[in-house]
Amino acid sequence: MELGLEVDESRPPYTVLAVAGEIDVYSAPRLREKLVELVSQGHRQIVVDLEKVDFLDSTGLGVLVGGLKRLRSHDGDLTLVCTQARILKVFEITGLTTVFRISESVDEATKA
Amino acid sequence: MDRSLELSVPSRTEYIAVVRLVVSSLASARRAIAEERIDDLKLAVSEVCTNAIEANMSTGKNHPVVVTCWEAPERFAVCITDSGSGFDPDLLPQHPPVTDPNRLNFERGLGIPLVRSLVDDLRFESAPTGTSVWLILFGSPSSEGQDETSEILRVVMTEEGQADR
Repeated sequence: MELGLEVDESRPPYTVLAVAGEIDVYSAPRLREKLVELVSQGHRQIVVDLEKVDFLDSTGLGVLVGGLKRLRSHDGDLTLVCTQARILKVFEITGLTTVFRISESVDEATKA
Repeated sequence: MDRSLELSVPSRTEYIAVVRLVVSSLASARRAIAEERIDDLKLAVSEVCTNAIEANMSTGKNHPVVVTCWEAPERFAVCITDSGSGFDPDLLPQHPPVTDPNRLNFERGLGIPLVRSLVDDLRFESAPTGTSVWLILFGSPSSEGQDETSEILRVVMTEEGQADR
């Protein structure tokens, strides 16, 4: 199944990337490419909306960590939107809840 | 335990989604483990299958990954076998703690620690001709009033904690 990737630039300075589908080793490269593309286009405050993600494994975590690292090296940041228990669990087990800012909604993540 | 299903999967990453679906559907249909643990199984299978496919791809040969499910009352096991060059599970790299800024340099290697915390038992049989990884989950269809299951989980978790120290 193809990964859905929708970019919303209507909330400057934030760029919202809404991801839909399953993020695993097959689909994660497309997410990585999209994040690299957004950073190279000058986007610095990226909100990755995971609410429509049905599955996320460690490859997906690795891509998000890579995106965060890339943005921080450009004085930017990457925020996640996630309320799904099964997806949050993956961040909790790996201790990454302390590395990422995780918001409950896009509105909350893009508050000035 | 009885062998219930064997899948021979081409070593291409697009098949991992199929393996996840088949294994989790079987476990769910058989009610071998609690429904809330199906997601744990799905994630663990995905992680190990990813490693197995990468191990096979690194050999350059066209070997399949073999996924076998085993069932017993209140127990579900999955064995995933590759034909890669093997590895020593004791030599897996350790990640710095999450409070260490260097943690962000680790984009890979999160899989096995994750699997360890998802399943009740994880076993490796690795040789230069290939690796088999066993994922075992204990449980019953409902988590309500299942003291026996809780006891099993507690023991496993205690052993896991001690092994880490």
